Amino acid sequence: MSKPSDLIQGTLDLLVLKILALEPLHGWALSQRLKQVSGDVLQVSDGSLYPALHKLEQQGWIHAEWKPTENNRRAKFYSLTWLGRRYLEKDAANWERISTAISGVLRLTEV
Amino acid sequence: MRLEQWIYTIPLRLRALFQRNRLTAELDEEIRDHLGRQIEFNLAGGMSPEEARIAALRKLGNAALLRDQTRATWNWNGLEQFMHDLRIGIRTLSRTPGFSVIAIAVMALCIGAATCLFTVVRSVLLRPLPFRDPARLVMVYEHFRGGELSYHPVAPADFYDWRSKTHGFEDMAVWRYAGYNLAGERNELPESVPAVAGSSNLFSLLGVQPALGRDFTEADDQRGSAVVMLTWSLFERRFAGDAKIVGGQIHLDGKPYTVAGVLPSWFKYPDDSIQLWVPYKSDANPEMLQHHDWHGSHVVARLRPDVSLASAIAQVGAIQYQNHLQYLHDPVAEDVVSRSLNEDLAGDVKKPLTLMLSAVGCMLLIGCLNVANLLVARGAARQKEVAIRSALGAQRATLIREQMAESVLICAAGGVGGILLSLGATEWLAKTWKDLPTAQSIHVDGAVIAFACALMFAAALIAGLLPALSTTGKSMLKALQTSVRTGSSSVSRTALRKSLLTAEIGITVVLLVAAGLLLKSFMQLRAANVGCVVDNTLTLQYNLPGNKYDTPEKRNAFNETLLARVRAMPGVRGAALGTTVPGTGYWGTDEFTVKEHPPLKTGEHLPDALTRWVDPGYFSALGIPLVSGRFFTRDERVARSYKVIVSRQLVQQYLAGENPIGKHLHVPGRAHDGAPNLMDWEIMGVVGDTLYQVGKEPKATMYFPILEGRSDATLAVHTATDPLQFSVPLQKQIASLDPELPVSDVLTMNQIIGASLVNASLSATLVLAFAILSLILASVGLYGVLSYLTTQRTSELGIRIALGAQRDQLLQLMLMDGLRPALFGLGLGLVMSFAATRIFQSMLFGTKPLDPEVLSGVIATLLAVAVLACLAPAWRASRLDPMKALRTE
Repeated sequence: MSKPSDLIQGTLDLLVLKILALEPLHGWALSQRLKQVSGDVLQVSDGSLYPALHKLEQQGWIHAEWKPTENNRRAKFYSLTWLGRRYLEKDAANWERISTAISGVLRLTEV
Repeated sequence: MRLEQWIYTIPLRLRALFQRNRLTAELDEEIRDHLGRQIEFNLAGGMSPEEARIAALRKLGNAALLRDQTRATWNWNGLEQFMHDLRIGIRTLSRTPGFSVIAIAVMALCIGAATCLFTVVRSVLLRPLPFRDPARLVMVYEHFRGGELSYHPVAPADFYDWRSKTHGFEDMAVWRYAGYNLAGERNELPESVPAVAGSSNLFSLLGVQPALGRDFTEADDQRGSAVVMLTWSLFERRFAGDAKIVGGQIHLDGKPYTVAGVLPSWFKYPDDSIQLWVPYKSDANPEMLQHHDWHGSHVVARLRPDVSLASAIAQVGAIQYQNHLQYLHDPVAEDVVSRSLNEDLAGDVKKPLTLMLSAVGCMLLIGCLNVANLLVARGAARQKEVAIRSALGAQRATLIREQMAESVLICAAGGVGGILLSLGATEWLAKTWKDLPTAQSIHVDGAVIAFACALMFAAALIAGLLPALSTTGKSMLKALQTSVRTGSSSVSRTALRKSLLTAEIGITVVLLVAAGLLLKSFMQLRAANVGCVVDNTLTLQYNLPGNKYDTPEKRNAFNETLLARVRAMPGVRGAALGTTVPGTGYWGTDEFTVKEHPPLKTGEHLPDALTRWVDPGYFSALGIPLVSGRFFTRDERVARSYKVIVSRQLVQQYLAGENPIGKHLHVPGRAHDGAPNLMDWEIMGVVGDTLYQVGKEPKATMYFPILEGRSDATLAVHTATDPLQFSVPLQKQIASLDPELPVSDVLTMNQIIGASLVNASLSATLVLAFAILSLILASVGLYGVLSYLTTQRTSELGIRIALGAQRDQLLQLMLMDGLRPALFGLGLGLVMSFAATRIFQSMLFGTKPLDPEVLSGVIATLLAVAVLACLAPAWRASRLDPMKALRTE
C-alpha cells in the first residue's frame, strides 16, 4: 500500500467530512459509503482511512464516540463538529472554485 | 491553528498525552471491528469463511503499518518517540554500568567545574553592579608616565580641580580608606574598624539610598564634622539592628559622632570589610587637602550621557597636565587614566579568572572528546546491527537519534551532577579566593543554570554527533559487504578516533604547560627570601587615639613601656615596633633628593623610596643585617630625630660608589617639626633589603625613628616557641597598659606572607588539578583506542605470528600505532601552548613562557603516560596465541 499523494489526501479529508456531514458513521460503513459514492474513480484502501480519521479527530473537526450496534457489539462512530462543519463549508467552496478554474483552463486548451 | 480550535482540542491533546495506552487499545478494537464487519459482508456475498477472512485482510492492507501511521497522527508523537529512544538509551547504558558511571562522572566534573567558574566570572566580571546606571560609572586615576603603578591614587587638590574645571562628567566623588577605634557603648570590647571617608555626593552619585536615616549633606562634609554612616553589617552586629541608634552617638577614637544613617545591606562597596563611612573632609588636615602630592584617594565619576568617555577623560587630562606644569618639582602626575567601576573592582582577578575559565573549557572539551571516543568504540560493536537495520529501511535520522540518546543521557546526568557539584565548589572558591571583589554576592542563579544547560546540550552534541555520524551513512553498508576477518571497514573510524585523540592530547599539553608554569612561579614565590625573620614571629597592630595620647611624649612612653615589658616576657627572643613590617605591602613612599648631589634637571622625576618608622631595636629583633653605620638609639627621638637609615637598595640605586654615612636626604614631604623649611635628614646607617611584598622586587626604603612620636604601630615579636601561644599574653600586656586600646590583625609573619601567596597557590593548584584530570582522560582515551585496535586486528596479528613475525616486532608495531597520535598531539599542544602561555605571562614570577624545565617536564610526563597507556594493549597483542587468534570470528 503506497502513501496517498497530497492531493488525494486533501481530497480524502474533504470527502470524509462531507459524508460524515450527512450522518454519523463508523469506519467500515464510511469505507462502504466512500466506495458507493465515488465508484472506482477514487481508490481508497481501507487502511488509509484510519490515519485520516484520527488526524481529523485530533484537529477537532470530527468527534468520535463508541456506540452500541446490532448483536451486542459496539463501534466507533464519527460525527462532524461545528468546527468541522465550518471547515467543510470553506473547503468545499474552495474546492469548487479551484476545480471550476482548472476545468475551465483544460477546456481552453482542448479547443 | 486558530484559537477556538486550539481550545477545543485541549481535551484531545491531554487524552493523547495521558491515555496513550487506552487510545492504542481503542485503535486495535476499531480495526478488529472493521475486519469483523468486512468478513460478515464477504460471507454475505457468498465467500467461504477462510476466503472471507483473507479478502478482508487484503483489503485492509498492512495492519502494523496502518497502526503506526495512525499513531503518527496523534499529538505528542515526537515525545513518544523521544521517550522510546531514551528507554533504549537507558537500557544500553545500564548494560555497561562501568562505562556509564565513568562517562557520567567525567561529564559531571567537567560541567561542574565550568559552571562554578562561570558563576564567579558572571558575578565578578559580567553582572552589572547594583548601582544606578552602572555602565556610566568610571574610576579616574592619576598616571605618572613611566611610573610603576598604572592606576595611581589621586591627590585631593587634583580632584577638586577636575571636578570644578571639567564638564564631561555629571558629577565626581572622592573617597579614601580610613580606620577608627570604635569604643564600646554598652560594655562591648573596643574594636578597630576599617572605614571609608567619602565626599557627601558619593552615595547620590552611585544612586544609593540609606536604608535608615539620611545621606551625608554638603554641610556634613567639613573639617571637624562628626557624623557617621554605618554599614548594615556593623549596624546588625554591633547595634543589634536597633533603629534607635540613628540620630544617636557613637565614639570613634574617643570622639563622639552622630549616626546620620545606615546603608542598605547589599551595599558592600568598595569591599565588605568596610564598617562605617565618614565625610571626606571630616578628619582631613585642611592643608593636606590643598596638596597636589598627597596621593591616597579614589575618584568615582558618572559620565554624562551625551559625552564620550574619551573626551571626558581628555578634559581631565588637560587640567592634570596644567597642574603638573605648575608643580614641576613635586610628584604631580602628568596624566589621568580611567577604567569602569566594574573592571576596577575586578582588578587583579580578571586575568587568573579568565585563565581558569579557559582551563576549565579545555577540560570540558577533553571530556567531550573522550566520551565521543568511547561512543565511537561502542558504535563499532553495533556496526552490523546498524547496517542491517538500515538495509531493512530504517532512516538515518532515526539511527542517529537513537545513538544520540546515549550521549544525551550521559550529558544530562553529568549536567545535573555538575550543577550540584558547582553549588558546593562555588561556595568554596568564593571563600578561599581572598582577592575576589565582594561588592556583589557570588551565587548560582537562573542565568548560571541556563549556562549549565547550554553546556550540557553542547557537550551532548559534540560527544554524540561525531560517533553517530560516523557509524551511520553510506559507508556503513560496507560492513555487510566486507568479510569480518579483514576488518577493513573500520579504517575510517579508527582514523576518526585517532584524530579525536590527537586533539585531546594537544589540549592536555597546553593545560600541562600552563599548570607547570604557574606551579613553578608559586614555588619561586614560596622560596623568596623576605629579608628578615619569618618563622616564630607574631605581629599585631594598634593605633594610639589622638585625644588620649595628645603629645609625642605620651605616645613614646606607651610604646617604650610596652616594648620593655614584651622584651622581658619569658620565651620572647626579640620585639620590634615599626609602622609596617616586611611582607605586608607597599603603603607609603616619599620623594627625596640627595642634598650633596647637584640639583636635578627641570622635569626630571624625583626618586622615591618606601617610608617606614622603626624603633631602635627593630633591625636586630627582626634579623635585618646592618651593612654600615649604626642603628638608631633611644636618644633619637622627637626633636632630635632628624636621622634616617636607608636600605642597601637605595644606596645601590642613588648613592652608588659613595660613602652614604653622613650624607643628607632632602625629603620634601618630611619637614622638621616647627621648621617647615628644614627637610634634610642625615643618613646614619645602611641595612639589608626586605621585600614589601613577596613576588615584587625589593624597593629602596627609608627608615625614620618611630620615637618621633608616631601613634600607629605594628608590634612584631620573635618567640622561641609557637608564636600563636603568645597572642593572648601579648594582648594582656597591652590591656594592662591601656584597657581601652583595641588591637587588630594578630597574625604570624608566615600567615601574612602566606596570605599574599594564597592567590598564586590557588590558581596554580586549580589549573594543575584540571591538567592532571585531562592527562588521565587523555591516557584513558589512548588506552581505549589501542585496545580497540588490538581487538580489531586480532586475526591479522594471528596470521602475522603464524607466518613467523617476532613478538617484539609486533609489540613495537602496536606501540608505535598508539604513540603516533600521542606524538602528533604533543607537537600540536606545544605549538598551541607557545601562543597560549604568552597571554598570562604577567602572572608568572621567576619563569617565562618558554621555560625549558617546565617544557621538558611536560614532554617527559606526557610521553611516560602515553607509553604506559599503550603498553598493556600492545603487550597483549604481542602475546596472542596464533591458534586462538585465527579461530576468533
